Amino acid sequence: MDKIKTAVVGLGKMGLSHFSMVNAHPDGDAVACVGSGCIVDLLSKNTTTPIYKDYSDMLAQAAPQAVVIATPSRLHAPMVEAALDQGCHVFCEKPFCLEWADSARLSAMAADKSLVAQVGYHYRYVGAFQEMKRLVEAGAIGRITHILAAAYGPVVLRPKRTTWRTDKAEGGGCLYDYAAHPLNLLNWFFGVPDQVIGSHLGHVFSEGTDDEVFSTLRWNEGPTAQLSVNWADESHRKMSTKISLIGTNGRLQADRQECQVFLRKPVEGLPDYGEGWTVKYTTELTQDRWFYLRGEEYSAQIDEFVRAIRAGNGAAQENSFDSATQTDKTMAMIIENAKTGLPVGEARAAGPQPRKKRGWFGR
Amino acid sequence: MDKLLFGDNQFFGINHMSEEKARAQAMRFQRSDAIMEVLDTAYDAGIKTFMCTTHDRIAEITARIRAEPARYDGFQFYPCMPYAHKYANAVTEHGMMGALREFMPKDGLLATALTGTITLATKEIDGVEKMLIDMEMKMFKGTKTPVIFIQNVFTDLLLGMGFTRAFRIFDDHIRETYGAEPAYITMNMPALLDALEREGIERPIICSNINKIGFRMSGGFDAYLDALKSGRVRAVAMSVYASGAIPADEAIHWISELPGVESIVFGASSAGNIRGTKALVDTYMGETVS
Repeated sequence: MDKIKTAVVGLGKMGLSHFSMVNAHPDGDAVACVGSGCIVDLLSKNTTTPIYKDYSDMLAQAAPQAVVIATPSRLHAPMVEAALDQGCHVFCEKPFCLEWADSARLSAMAADKSLVAQVGYHYRYVGAFQEMKRLVEAGAIGRITHILAAAYGPVVLRPKRTTWRTDKAEGGGCLYDYAAHPLNLLNWFFGVPDQVIGSHLGHVFSEGTDDEVFSTLRWNEGPTAQLSVNWADESHRKMSTKISLIGTNGRLQADRQECQVFLRKPVEGLPDYGEGWTVKYTTELTQDRWFYLRGEEYSAQIDEFVRAIRAGNGAAQENSFDSATQTDKTMAMIIENAKTGLPVGEARAAGPQPRKKRGWFGR
Repeated sequence: MDKLLFGDNQFFGINHMSEEKARAQAMRFQRSDAIMEVLDTAYDAGIKTFMCTTHDRIAEITARIRAEPARYDGFQFYPCMPYAHKYANAVTEHGMMGALREFMPKDGLLATALTGTITLATKEIDGVEKMLIDMEMKMFKGTKTPVIFIQNVFTDLLLGMGFTRAFRIFDDHIRETYGAEPAYITMNMPALLDALEREGIERPIICSNINKIGFRMSGGFDAYLDALKSGRVRAVAMSVYASGAIPADEAIHWISELPGVESIVFGASSAGNIRGTKALVDTYMGETVS
């Protein structure tokens, strides 16, 4: 069977790693597109991959079946649209679009054309978070009321404004770069919040954008979540994302490495989980893929993208444009709330758990 | 190579199982004294090789080894370069070109090339790679470094991109300049072995996960065993306990019966685990031969 000609656009940190994985994929045939002359030189002299400098030229001349977009976020919307126009399947890095109206429009466009359209929220491919999702859906910890979603890491550690990542207009900043991940996981578990209050987008070192994010998210008759994110934290070696949930039957918390559950009572349908603590590790929850570069989740998302195209699914298995639109919308609510100080949306509070009726002699 | 090599993940807050354990280890080992204590325990138990990342803090360790030549007569390093997060964080902070500028001399040809005003010739690109290697090796001056590795993130990035000529440059430079054996860490051993052979690199030293349950043996368990049996690779096995999923005795026994595995690298911070692993390796893999 012919390989799927896939163009990787933008060869920064994510782009290089996507390029390497697509190129190594047994079903992938990579071409690359990048603006920087120096990288074009380096790759064209040392690899057999065709390299293009201009995106439109690449689309016209290489005629790829699929495009992987890893350019600064501001460029996502126009580049995705051009690719969809030409009938290409699209894998776009996160965040999807800076205006969620663009996200919704492109999502409809991809669905209309039955193209595989996926966004790179790789945490959905981490075994521990997949297990968390399964447990939430199985009702393991009962009615969930209390959520803490956090992400910390060492990105901006001194006052400098040197790349697109620290330029708000380009789609940089802690909200888009870091907070998007825990928010996307919350969207996966609970959907778009009905109300956003108490948001703060704070500066630590950056002049052009936010370095820390706080927000309170509420779901109708559902849980309340507090978000705490900071990318100016050198105590973490790399980005660390953690979600903690408390419900009427216990506690459930996960990060990249492990999923820890405390159950007050065992739950039907979950034989692996008894009363008290159970811990499962990503290492035991994850399967090897064809190629390992930085973690199974990065390989897995590219693998699924390629397989969905190969299978003629006409839609992404996970992280569809639709699902990423939810995250873009959530971030827009946080930005508006931080700007105006007024609540965005409305949410009905959940009442207390109804008391069980007691018999005459019971207590 | 010695049968047993001592690794360094535990010293730098790297733990594949738990972020909490990783943090606890980072706290425990933030002083170099604490690292030295563990290295002394390993050295005195007969583990003479420290396979370590070119993390900035390793410079403090090499300084101590140099300072006591009599005490550490047989001590040798297997440097693994580069420390990936140093570069990854720099790329996030400064962009791709900015990061290269950070790590290269501020004047000279490359600095000019990075401004985009001239085009680099192939020979000059080779020169850049050699310069980066030399910068990583600075901290090991005056110590024994008979085997020098490329870290897996870099090996596998280059492998995936098909930029395998970089391995040829590395191989030649390590032999010519350092009189050492070039070696490779990878998570994709069968694919790397093929790529190295295509570059004319025969019977390479490759360090990869090798364990009984096939944990992170990307490319497939059977392909690993075939490569080992073929005699085409001198293998160093890591993750032999598969992050604790396999009992120590069973894990080492299984490895000892594989052809082609010359060494095991493991990390531990307690004297009990260090001596326990050394005893198992002595039992199943026999005396150290070099």
